Amino acid sequence: MKNRMNTLLKNKNSRTSLITYLVVIVAFVVTQYLYSAGSLSSSVKGYLVPICVYISLAVSLNLLVGICGELSLGHAGFMGIGAFSGIVIAALLKDTIASDALRLLCAMLGGGVIAGVVGFVIGVPVLRLRGDYLAIVTLAFGEIMKNIVGNTYAGIDKTGFHMAISTSKMPLEAGGKYIINGPLGATGIQKLATFPMGFVLVLFTLFVVLNLINSKEGRAIKAVRDNRIAAESVGINVTAFRMKAFVVSAFLAGMAGALFGLNYSSVTASKFNFNTSINILVFVVLGGMGNILGSVISATLLYVLPEALRSLEDYRMILYAIVLIVVMLCTWSPKVKEYLSVAGDKLSSLIKKKEEVGSHE
Amino acid sequence: MQILQYLINGISIGAVYAIIALGYTMVYGIAKMLNFAHGDIIMVGAYISFCVTNYLGLPAAVSVVAAVVVCTVLGIAIEGLAYKPLRGTPSLAVLITAIGVSYFLQNAAQLIWSSSPKNFTSIVTMDPISLMDGRLVITGEVLLTVCVSVAVMAGLTFFTGKTRTGKAMRAVSEDRDAAQLMGINVNRTISTTFAIGSALAAIAGVLLCSTVPTLMPTTGSMPGIRAFTAAVFGGIGSIPGAMLGGVLLGIIETFSKAYLSTQFSDAIVFSVLIIILLVRPAGLLGKQVQEKV
Amino acid sequence: MKKFVALLLACLMVASLFAGCGSTGSTETEAAETAAETAAPAEGETAAAENSADAPAIKIGLTGPLTGANSEYGLAVRGGMEIAVAEINAKGGLQIEFKAEDDEADGSDKAVSAYNTLKDWGMQIFAGAVTTGSALAIAAETVNDQIFMLTPSASAVDVAMTGSNVYQMCFTDPNQGASAAELMAEKWPDATIGVIYDSSDAYSSGIVDGFLAKAEELGLNVAVDNAAFTQDNKADLSTQVTQCKDAGCDLVFLPFYYTEAAQVLTYANTIGYEPTFFGCDGMDGILNVEGFDTALAEGLVLMTPFDANATDEATVSFVEQFKANNDGKVPNQFAADGYDVIYALYNACVAAGIDGNTPADEACALLQEQFATMTVDGLTGTGMTWDENGMISKAPAAVVVTDGVYVPMA
Repeated sequence: MKNRMNTLLKNKNSRTSLITYLVVIVAFVVTQYLYSAGSLSSSVKGYLVPICVYISLAVSLNLLVGICGELSLGHAGFMGIGAFSGIVIAALLKDTIASDALRLLCAMLGGGVIAGVVGFVIGVPVLRLRGDYLAIVTLAFGEIMKNIVGNTYAGIDKTGFHMAISTSKMPLEAGGKYIINGPLGATGIQKLATFPMGFVLVLFTLFVVLNLINSKEGRAIKAVRDNRIAAESVGINVTAFRMKAFVVSAFLAGMAGALFGLNYSSVTASKFNFNTSINILVFVVLGGMGNILGSVISATLLYVLPEALRSLEDYRMILYAIVLIVVMLCTWSPKVKEYLSVAGDKLSSLIKKKEEVGSHE
Repeated sequence: MQILQYLINGISIGAVYAIIALGYTMVYGIAKMLNFAHGDIIMVGAYISFCVTNYLGLPAAVSVVAAVVVCTVLGIAIEGLAYKPLRGTPSLAVLITAIGVSYFLQNAAQLIWSSSPKNFTSIVTMDPISLMDGRLVITGEVLLTVCVSVAVMAGLTFFTGKTRTGKAMRAVSEDRDAAQLMGINVNRTISTTFAIGSALAAIAGVLLCSTVPTLMPTTGSMPGIRAFTAAVFGGIGSIPGAMLGGVLLGIIETFSKAYLSTQFSDAIVFSVLIIILLVRPAGLLGKQVQEKV
Repeated sequence: MKKFVALLLACLMVASLFAGCGSTGSTETEAAETAAETAAPAEGETAAAENSADAPAIKIGLTGPLTGANSEYGLAVRGGMEIAVAEINAKGGLQIEFKAEDDEADGSDKAVSAYNTLKDWGMQIFAGAVTTGSALAIAAETVNDQIFMLTPSASAVDVAMTGSNVYQMCFTDPNQGASAAELMAEKWPDATIGVIYDSSDAYSSGIVDGFLAKAEELGLNVAVDNAAFTQDNKADLSTQVTQCKDAGCDLVFLPFYYTEAAQVLTYANTIGYEPTFFGCDGMDGILNVEGFDTALAEGLVLMTPFDANATDEATVSFVEQFKANNDGKVPNQFAADGYDVIYALYNACVAAGIDGNTPADEACALLQEQFATMTVDGLTGTGMTWDENGMISKAPAAVVVTDGVYVPMA
């Protein structure tokens, strides 16, 4: 047991994974404690579920962007599919499953599966493309999804469940209730999402993604990213691995979307637009491509940042933009990094000097 | 007759997409980065032109020159402050910075010019040409936009093909390291590219708002994304490709609205794009690069 | 590792930044509070108004898009509300503390966190949201929290139907569509009608639903009912205008906001198409778009509850004040709705004896009683009352643009 522990700690990959899990679990325990102690304000409580959602989205996109090296600009599209299918599933199961948690779980799984299937269907033709062409196709997919969901009507009445993708409102029998109402989006959603479920989702996402990365397949995927042709020449089935990563990523985004959708009483299709996709991408790049813990941290910080800037009123978004640029420069620019490390050295030597001065006295 | 009118409408918006796409493709081709702030530089150009004509009372031609000057300076400043320090890092890092710049420009514009829409006065004073008893109308804006975008396309093709700086740009685009070894100042070449791209954005802004008069801080973002799509459609990095992609996108958009469904036109346009990319993975006129180990 | 250090440094910088701002924010409120405290004893000595003065101010909150593509509407509502608050506070007696938060016109997480921020601030009455999407997301929260909600401009039926504590200051969309159809049947019974609308927007499609249903009932001749656009492709509206022109429409219904309407009118003018254009309340403001040639709007019919050129005393002083606060910008119906919302809430609070000490849920119950029976006169209508669902009833007013001003329709 001890031996195993040792090898586990010596292996760099499993050590990083372990740290990632630990950070997430500790963060959850602390937050949950503060929550139950009643020391969280309503706004902080409100952030918890969306933070979990965005962490899952960032981690799953990191699998695609950081590990596979495929740029996707349509992640929010999968999130949207998951959200709307999750909402419909939760509404349909209302009378069948009494337990809210179980219903939420079913909705999330269902949302994930549907998003995964859509990911597969799209992936078959689309993964022939590479780089920026793949990026534009995923962008296009996100826009198509938004347009179609914006014209989707789904509802339940006496005669059962109806769904239509149409330009005019689908009629329901008297007493029927719309679940998805075209441009109005999904309304009157029963809120099922909870913070513990968000935590479970984050853990599940981490488990899936980290295991995939550290497996033999993960190494193959990385080999494909670093040099596709070399990888192909040693017999790695490039397409199959890219496909796998794409579908897993879509599945996880779908689950996160379902949790997101069931956390609010209304959700519109326009939420899952290009800007949301870009935001998730920002989390990934800022946290470090391929760095899972980085995604977790940057998703949390960047989600809270614009909220924390509220006291600036009309200036908050401009400051958010500046912070984004500055952080990008600080984390990526070789020159700025050099400057920072020099400044850091100077600072430490300055402190040392002071200490020396102090000791002389 | 109807179909001709729709065709003209399509070319009208398509030519606007084309001229924006030319700026995109130029920057992408040489600097290898997706400059998502391009659409917002367009918006700044349009605001400058609006202010010069409406507040200073100067003629339209002066306003275009002012917009070009301001946008060029702005483009160089953005490049120097936000993109240059990231030279050599993965293109995604620069992409995110470009998004930051885009947010910045939009919000700065809201603070400077407020978010209330302004109605841009078209720089074209020509009366529309009316044919077949007014059943077919060709506006001056269409003619101007088409002429300008063709001229810009020809100018850029000439510039990159024949001039010294242009050749340097192509060299940088082919192989940055080799270009450096050949004594080409890569940094300056890329900065020049941005300057040209931003000047084009200013012209595009004026033409966009002459065609679509509503001017708001977010005016540039949606046409920017459309134009980016158009650039990829035509084969990103290819100058004639951007032109073709833009015009085709405009025509497809108009025809799908006119004959299929206005509600689903976004979905139709993007589906066509996906199908074309599947058939021609490098876009209509893009070069299929054979990768080597 | 270095990257992490850098990230951490950056975060620290950010943290210190907003810590700094946060503290300035809190000093402001502290200053306000101390001012209130110092004022209170003075008033207490003179034993002034029973209803308040020594009680803290009522906290009314608003969420709306203050940044981004829709900020035009959010800023207008905020501007209107601020005027009403300043006027009320200058009167003495019951004081109002007002705070607006940015929801970016988002229909889920951003809206709810804007609302939560207000809740943490101690909001007692919610006077938002500006857009329908945000209002839908927030309305369910207010039902849970039992906070009274009176939205100035979120006009979907579903908003009011969310709960018994949710009220609207504006017409509901289908009602407005139906009134438009009725008006058309009365004035242009033989017209060939074309409809252009924004299918990605709840407001616009809600009006169209109501309009088409009523038009069918009244037997109107609607030749084009599917010329839609979306927020993503609104850059080009020429196709939709051409469709109406080709179908020979002589009356074109434009149930969307004036930003896009200006585009339609300009294009129609270039191609020499001159039908009667008919707009809804979102059209109000078109005459004040900077750079817009008002001659293009000549003959435009619109149903608006508010006219910035009206000569009654309340409107004149409101318009003057709004212009002074907003660089000479003329207020539109969003601003007027915002103004009326604050006065409606103020009147109800005075009548019900609500002050800064009343808990939000008690205030909610008291306000519901008031709104059930109350009649309000404001900038956007006189004799306004609310039905049991929280929907407003006020007379729809149609105007025609003549020589650049609204003239009530005969």
